[in-house]
Amino acid sequence: MINSLFLINHSGDIFLEKHWKSVISRSVCDYFFEAKEKAVEPENVPPVLQTPHHYLISIYRDKLFFLSVIQTEVPPLFVIEFLHRVAEMFQDYFGECSEMVIKDNVVIVYELLEEMLDNGFPLATESNVLKEMIRPPTILRSVVNTLTGSSNVGETLPTGQLSTIPWRRAGVKYTNNEAYFDVIEEIDAILDKSGTTVFAEIQGVIEACVKLSGMPDLTLSFMNPRLLDDVSFHPCVRFKRWESERVLSFIPPDGNFTLMTYHVSAQNLVAIPVYVKQNISFFESGSCGRLDLTVGPKQTMGKTVEGMMITVHMPKAVLSANLTATQGTYTYDLATKVLVWDIGKLNPQKLPNLRGSLSLQSGAPKPEENPSLNIDLKIQQLAISGLKVNRLDMYGEKYKPFKGVKYVTKAGKFQVIRHDWTVFLACKGKP
Amino acid sequence: FLSMSTNTLYNDQGGAEAAVEVGQESTPTSSGTAAGFGLFSTDFKKNEDLKEMLESSKESLKLEAMKRIVGLIAKGKNASELFPAVVKNVASKNIELKKLVYVYLVRYAEEQQDLALLSISTFQRALKDPNQLIRASALRVLSSIRVPIIVPIMMLAIKEAATDLSPYVRKTSAHAIQKLYSLDPEQKEQLIEVIEKLLKDKSTLVAGSVVMAFEEVCPDRIDLIHKNYRKLCNLLVDVEEWGQVVIISMLTRYARTQFTSPWKEGATFDENNEKAFYDSEEEKKDQVEAKPYVMDPDHRLLLRNTKPLLQSRNTAVVMSVAQLYWHLAPKHEVSVVTKSLVRLLRSHREVQYIVLQNIATMSIQRKGMFEPYMKSFYVRSTDATHIKTLKLEILTNLANEANISTILREFQTYVKSQDKAFAAATIQAIGRCATNISEVTDTCLNGLVLLLSNRDETVVAESVVVIKKLLQMQPTQHCEIIKHMAKLFDNITVSMARASILWLIGEYCERVPKIAPDVLRKMAKSFTAEEDIVKLQTVNLAAKLYLTNSKQTKLLTQYILNLGKYDQNYDIRDRTRFIRQLIVPNEKSGALSKYARRILLAPKPAPVLESAFKDRDRFQLGTLSHSLNIKATGYLELSDWPAVAPDQSVRNVEVIEPVKEWAPSVGKAKPPKQDDKFYSDSGEDDHEEEEGEEGSESSSSEDSSSSSSDSSSSEGLSFCVCIWVNIPTFGPVKSHELLHHMTGKGLSARYHFPRQPCLYQPNMVAVQVTLTNGSDHSLEEIHIGDRSPASLNLHCFNTIERLEPEASVTVSMGIDFSDSTQAANFQLCTKDDQFSVSIQPAVGELLMPSSMTEQDFCKEQGKLLGMNETSATITLAAENSSSQSLSKQVLSVANVGVVSSSENNIHRFAGRTVSSGALVLVTAESRESSTALLTINTDKSIMASMLLRDLKQALAQA
Repeated sequence: MINSLFLINHSGDIFLEKHWKSVISRSVCDYFFEAKEKAVEPENVPPVLQTPHHYLISIYRDKLFFLSVIQTEVPPLFVIEFLHRVAEMFQDYFGECSEMVIKDNVVIVYELLEEMLDNGFPLATESNVLKEMIRPPTILRSVVNTLTGSSNVGETLPTGQLSTIPWRRAGVKYTNNEAYFDVIEEIDAILDKSGTTVFAEIQGVIEACVKLSGMPDLTLSFMNPRLLDDVSFHPCVRFKRWESERVLSFIPPDGNFTLMTYHVSAQNLVAIPVYVKQNISFFESGSCGRLDLTVGPKQTMGKTVEGMMITVHMPKAVLSANLTATQGTYTYDLATKVLVWDIGKLNPQKLPNLRGSLSLQSGAPKPEENPSLNIDLKIQQLAISGLKVNRLDMYGEKYKPFKGVKYVTKAGKFQVIRHDWTVFLACKGKP
Repeated sequence: FLSMSTNTLYNDQGGAEAAVEVGQESTPTSSGTAAGFGLFSTDFKKNEDLKEMLESSKESLKLEAMKRIVGLIAKGKNASELFPAVVKNVASKNIELKKLVYVYLVRYAEEQQDLALLSISTFQRALKDPNQLIRASALRVLSSIRVPIIVPIMMLAIKEAATDLSPYVRKTSAHAIQKLYSLDPEQKEQLIEVIEKLLKDKSTLVAGSVVMAFEEVCPDRIDLIHKNYRKLCNLLVDVEEWGQVVIISMLTRYARTQFTSPWKEGATFDENNEKAFYDSEEEKKDQVEAKPYVMDPDHRLLLRNTKPLLQSRNTAVVMSVAQLYWHLAPKHEVSVVTKSLVRLLRSHREVQYIVLQNIATMSIQRKGMFEPYMKSFYVRSTDATHIKTLKLEILTNLANEANISTILREFQTYVKSQDKAFAAATIQAIGRCATNISEVTDTCLNGLVLLLSNRDETVVAESVVVIKKLLQMQPTQHCEIIKHMAKLFDNITVSMARASILWLIGEYCERVPKIAPDVLRKMAKSFTAEEDIVKLQTVNLAAKLYLTNSKQTKLLTQYILNLGKYDQNYDIRDRTRFIRQLIVPNEKSGALSKYARRILLAPKPAPVLESAFKDRDRFQLGTLSHSLNIKATGYLELSDWPAVAPDQSVRNVEVIEPVKEWAPSVGKAKPPKQDDKFYSDSGEDDHEEEEGEEGSESSSSEDSSSSSSDSSSSEGLSFCVCIWVNIPTFGPVKSHELLHHMTGKGLSARYHFPRQPCLYQPNMVAVQVTLTNGSDHSLEEIHIGDRSPASLNLHCFNTIERLEPEASVTVSMGIDFSDSTQAANFQLCTKDDQFSVSIQPAVGELLMPSSMTEQDFCKEQGKLLGMNETSATITLAAENSSSQSLSKQVLSVANVGVVSSSENNIHRFAGRTVSSGALVLVTAESRESSTALLTINTDKSIMASMLLRDLKQALAQA
């Protein structure tokens, strides 16, 4: 399926290659570079490309391109999903996924890639299985290895690889048994100029950190599971149980993992925690404009909004901004034309305001597009959908684990857009 | 150094280069001494140092060297000249060193074939290693060494590994099949045999890999799938996620060749509607049209078993289920995938890209599926260009009378986007909406006209082009717009837009009689400075005006034709000459010029604005071919539904293999028993619940589920998954009462024969008992007490510690009936009570299916004649006269296997008695006027007569 993998950095250097079938010359990447050139932005490179003899499927993340070479028909998502798993595995092993880290650990990277695919078909992609075969680097271990001559490579087949629960390894032992669950919700919303919600939904994810000995069997139930509109699970969750009882029943992987992701649809009214009053205008003459932004809390369920940040993508003609902020700091990047206003904690008594003038390139016409605002925020101890974990029970083991649940709400793709609805509608009725 | 570089065939320069590179790459820690020398000698030294390190006696030095070499390989540097030094370490005890050597070998073996052969014996030895990881990796490397001379060795190794006890090794052998096939396609036939064997494997670990091998080596051998179809469906949930994708895709293809279309017009979608089925038989005359569609239970099985996978975290799995539903499910069921597909849009950008492409194709045919999620396709300013364009495409597909105003408002914002290519695409999309929905045509047109005053040229140009297309559909009402565009003409510089306007004016010159000649006048002035495409349209305009208004334009036309005659561009000169001959009559031009007007001013059909995804569904969704819209190498066509379903009995599994063959994996490989049970089991329990609702189609699933819970609740067995697929043509398994809740003080029990080989002892018959607590208190310590006769050989179930009120539990036990139908009596005890119960088996349950060929059957039958033969002629009930229902009845009475028969009217079945293993051969020969001759050959004559009686009863039953 997957013939070869090339890792390419932001500036177009191939710094790692791995082949699972016959070696394919790296000149095949030239087609990719051509497309990259054409796309200008790395995000715009089409993920699937065709060359005379091969197909190229690539992903771009963490400022790196993962480029795979394919020779025959294969579901493109299969390859894309796998490439992201590779990136996540690097993240998991080395704490970050960057050119430097990969170069520093090239031997482990190579061993990992060797285990993850056989003849281009995934062999082991579960972190737990891989970690038993190839141990992640730690300072202590590398010292010990140098002294004793022992290696990073496991000698026996991990038990997980053979069982029906490959995500858990056998013989896990902890002195402190604990299980933590973070319920993280992101609001995706588009608001129009007047603050009306054009579109809003909530994406939730439950990240778990489970450090329990033995083979615990956990059951997690919610106070209000009906809220959840659409769910997807880690393979450990028993789907039938969810279907019939709306509880999450699972034997957890060891360590950190994403237990489930869910979606709360627009049908349930989504609470919008903040409002933004904005006025950005450009004048016909004088090459200048005005900007006035005010932010205030709306439906915050009595919690404090933190980490408030507003990003504005200005039209190309805007040269500089001369503004004053009553709270926080602002920066305007001349190259990317991005205005960032970092506000911090939102104080309901004193609403933060940013105002001042914008100067435009002289002679440039008045910008056509009204810039949209992107909003970032964070609310601790709140799941904005109202989802609440009811209880967590453990079966199969005798000890009493320490349990904890944390809630956080964040802004996902949260935009305020200035629509000019009127044009089309106004011209109705004209000849 | 020189001699070394000649080792490689195509690398005689590369060798030298490599040396340089190898040197440059070595880490500073190990080579401080060489710093003062010249560049070349330094490199030489460092290279030597790698070799020395490899040849040293210290493991740590060797390891260090190998790590550096792997670093070189990773960077794509050539390290092939170290081959002789590296290959010596292939037998190293240090497992990490060994692995790195493997990495090296696989990379360079093809180039250094002779040297690579030195390592082969090491792998052959490792293939026999007691450690399964070592066996597997030896096979992995051996099969990756692409050296033709070792093909026979590989073949042998693959065959051996395919029967290995470790499923992991068997998985590796499935991968090796593909490697060998690509190295030497001649081996196909032999490899297919191995694939056939591995397809029978019941391990979830192997399933995905062997199906992958099947797809690569022999995708057309659909016949190999038949017998494994139900097993694959049932295993699917437990297969690892990558395997799921491959299996689902293969089963999609399979289903399209085996089942009839569920999309027939007016089809009744209730596949359980058996009544309707029988009704239709009464009105046989119009049967062909009236016969309602009944979904094959196997078709339903596939749909049902894939559905839960829509909740998978793996986007490829979700997509593959979605495409399966798209290609296989009844139309009204396809929409179950919508939500999951929309969910994938929150995943990575690349995932969005593929999913949006597929939604674009789907939304052309099925607007309704995605309309409720329209807002999910709204474009965000942060989206990548290709994502934006796809979302636009989908929004356009979804547009209808009801939502068009919302969509147009949304488009309005997009037109203002800074991304001008996207703005242009939006204008095209508006054009498509305008042609598709007549209610908004005018609104769109007016909106587009307003855009003509936009400051951005691309926007204006695109608007002109789209307006041109729209006007062509209804030119009569729009001379105002044409005039407006003529006015704008001077300010528009994009040539495509200018050409479009000229064409419009020419085409409708009679509607703008005053403006057209004026435009031509202006064009005459600027003709030489225009782009070619504009020049061509100017010539067209001149010609059309000459024909309609020659008085005003004759001179202008001639002037333009003269300019064109001497133009630099060949096409323009050519066109000019052609036009002149056509419109200006002279003696040479002949008859054609009479028709000039009809040629040039013929009414032209309006262009059709349609989606770029219109015909994409000729490719299977989710494939690379679909994504690229070309047929990719190795793409497997999805066939059309067959008009008549092929024989569905081919999927029946005739013989249940003895468990022993796969059962005890080696100690280390044994998965934790408890979890195994938990996962396969819990799924299966629910399976049973489902049956309650779905009633009649459940016979097959009941069989498989009951059998699996049987095997997984047994002890001391360690296979990963124990789902048995049974013959679905069985009637529902009969369950019998063991204990009534009135006599049992609330405890009730029923039993049935799951027809599995008994796991405790081969001479026992497996029995499943379902215990239900109907009392209001929990019952404790349910177990089996005294039995009679005392010699009764019986394997009890484990004591049930506690059974809550309303709860029920199914347990399995084994009973040796010693080939007699004498009842087994025993006591069912709770903590406080004892109840005498008995199980009396029907004679058919004392048998086990036996597999044999027709030839063997006849041979065995020949040995069992005379005393050992019992026969009778019976009259068949009407519904049993077909050969299918006849076998079905026989199989429901007796646990025997079907022997394939070359004669249509003779059915043969073979079995052995469970306890003594005596052969029981059943022959049913259907004769005229719905009679049949039943013959039973066995030396157990009592059993024969009892079986004959039972069969008679079943077959004659009305």
